[in-house]
Amino acid sequence: MSTTTTRDLARPAPAKASSAKPRRGLRGSPTFNFWLFTGPFLIGLAIFVYAPILWSLWLSFFEARFTVTPDKFVGFENYKYMLTNEDFVGSLVTFTVFAAFIVPTTWALSLGLALLVNRLRFMRAFFRSVFFLPTAVSYVAAALIWKMSIFSGVRFGLMNTVLGWFGIDNIAWLIDPNPPWYWLVIVTARLWLQSGFYMILFIAALQNIPDELYEAAAIDGAKPGWQTFRHITLPQLRATSTAVILLLLVAAYQAFDEFFNLLSKTTWGRPPLVELYYKALGESQDYGAGSAGALILTVLICAVTLLQGKIMGFGRGDESK
Amino acid sequence: MSAMNSNWDRRSIFRAAAGLAAAGALSACGSNTGRPSGGGSGKQLTQMFHAYGEQGTEQAIKRYAKAYKDANVTTQWITSADFESKLFSALLTDNAPDLFEFHPQIQMIKSGQVADLTDIIDPVKDDFNPADIKSHTVDGKIYGVRMIDDPQFFFYRKSMLEKAKVDVPTTLDELAEAAEKLTTGKVKGLYMGNDLHSVINPMIWSAGADTLNEKNEIAYHTPGVIEGIKKMRKLFTSGNLLLGAPTESWDPSSLNQGLCAIQFCGMWAMPQIQDALGDDWGVFPFPKTIDSGKQSVYNGGWSMFVNAKGKNVEAAKEYVKWLWIDQKEYQEDWATSYGFHIPPRTSLAQSATKLKSGNAAEGVKLFTEFGHFDNIGWTQAMITALEDVFANAVRKDMDPEKALDKADAAVNRELKKLFG
Repeated sequence: MSTTTTRDLARPAPAKASSAKPRRGLRGSPTFNFWLFTGPFLIGLAIFVYAPILWSLWLSFFEARFTVTPDKFVGFENYKYMLTNEDFVGSLVTFTVFAAFIVPTTWALSLGLALLVNRLRFMRAFFRSVFFLPTAVSYVAAALIWKMSIFSGVRFGLMNTVLGWFGIDNIAWLIDPNPPWYWLVIVTARLWLQSGFYMILFIAALQNIPDELYEAAAIDGAKPGWQTFRHITLPQLRATSTAVILLLLVAAYQAFDEFFNLLSKTTWGRPPLVELYYKALGESQDYGAGSAGALILTVLICAVTLLQGKIMGFGRGDESK
Repeated sequence: MSAMNSNWDRRSIFRAAAGLAAAGALSACGSNTGRPSGGGSGKQLTQMFHAYGEQGTEQAIKRYAKAYKDANVTTQWITSADFESKLFSALLTDNAPDLFEFHPQIQMIKSGQVADLTDIIDPVKDDFNPADIKSHTVDGKIYGVRMIDDPQFFFYRKSMLEKAKVDVPTTLDELAEAAEKLTTGKVKGLYMGNDLHSVINPMIWSAGADTLNEKNEIAYHTPGVIEGIKKMRKLFTSGNLLLGAPTESWDPSSLNQGLCAIQFCGMWAMPQIQDALGDDWGVFPFPKTIDSGKQSVYNGGWSMFVNAKGKNVEAAKEYVKWLWIDQKEYQEDWATSYGFHIPPRTSLAQSATKLKSGNAAEGVKLFTEFGHFDNIGWTQAMITALEDVFANAVRKDMDPEKALDKADAAVNRELKKLFG
């Protein structure tokens, strides 16, 4: 209803302006304005996104080692190589494990933080900032802090010092993969970096829940605490939760920085992007196989996104109500 | 009036903005050369170096460059942990360095990335260590000028070994035993780097095997190497290795700070160790992996290469010739004034007094007696394949046979592409 009125109000305005001007010229043309405003972004998109995608499509059919302008056509050889390459297939599994773990954990932790902060009577702004601040830290910097000072394998690393008080021997957190302590390092780093941001989203959503609902629930006999949370708060947060989970999945897909910095020179704990980096851009410089891998990954991501859209109905519109 | 004004204003703002952008671009160019814009005529050259750990190395390289009159030479000092990746990807772009340091690897020659330097080396060929010429030669052409040879071996604290009544180990089993005896509450017995990659080749050589044989076929897949991997796995899980140290094994800090009693490192670290530990240290080669093997030392090092696809190939060659062939004074300065390196020029190696006494002399002895040089056919992809073997079968508990089979597949794929 309200949108129609604004539109009605807005429509006559440009008409009046144009009738006042004798010559319309290029500037008045909506087509020109459309291209003027979208042009720069489209050019950027074409140059930095579509051209590289097409280029790697082309590269993936060639033997491109130590060159990006190859001349030896090899057909589907690169695809065959990548799909039978244990490391690449293994990295897809790594990613799945990582996503299955990090998404619910971050979701729960940021919701928990939001609930706590939202209940505070004093110093709420302080705690909100404190929890949000890590979002501003770069993944690389955080990875270095985690690696060098907190989870350093030597006796003066923070964690090993703490363990030392209880007489527990030093643990080489990132070096020795049995038991896989490196996951603890990666997950804690990512939780620290991410939770604050999603906490803010949840706080905003929490503040949007009308008090009347809680009053009504209380009158109907809902006990404060778990019962109210389960039947009022959680359903009211459904739209935000869906968005948060989607964003978290995207972030997990993009995992690179902390894996690359924390687990250099390993064969384990490599998400697909790190694997492809080593294949194409790193020491192997095999752009053909790397591009084939990138395209396989792209197809997979598209498939998963479409499937997710189907299941969660995200973007259909009725979700936000 | 006001309309006119605003029009004029808008234009002048655009003009000013364009002017600013141009000025910005210009000044960016200016600062990029790293020299005053008026200084020196002639060509612009860029050289790429990995960051050496020793004090004064960057200044030295820049000082040599400044002394060169025929071109402006800019230095890129790459502090990144993976110099290889930086270099390899830079070489594909327009901003590629004209000359760079690296190790001899045949794929760069096959893909036409490095220029033939035979004509500048040939006149002084006899003055170079023959092994250094051989490792840079493909089909009779020499592709790089060796700057320094860097033998790598173990460094140990004499006092700690004496206290624990441990002899200098000559077999891998003795090394494991020594590591056990030397490990106390605060000190770990042995440090070979967090990823153990520096000892891969020595372990193979000490098992009587090699990376590739003369015919460029796999030579590392032997029962001796498998036994070696099993011993390394045992050592890795023994709790006697220093793991997760803040510095990698090329940096002697772990030994200097008393985190370990024995550390694998290189000749370059000698001055730093001498400063920190006085005379309380010695060196020994990588021990025999199996009883029938022989102790070994990896003679690494760095060489200058000219980017064959660069814009100034001739000028770059001239510079390499000037600095790394003609300027012996700088070559000696580079080899002995910061870290210790063995000059590949026989005449310089003989006159380098700093390498004539004490542990440095011992290092030179190990270099000659047990040294293995780079094999130009052993490329980065193959190096990575064996690093994966160590990751899988030493740090993880994969069956060595299976890990080596996996490496064989990767190495054979590479060999087929290089040699057909």
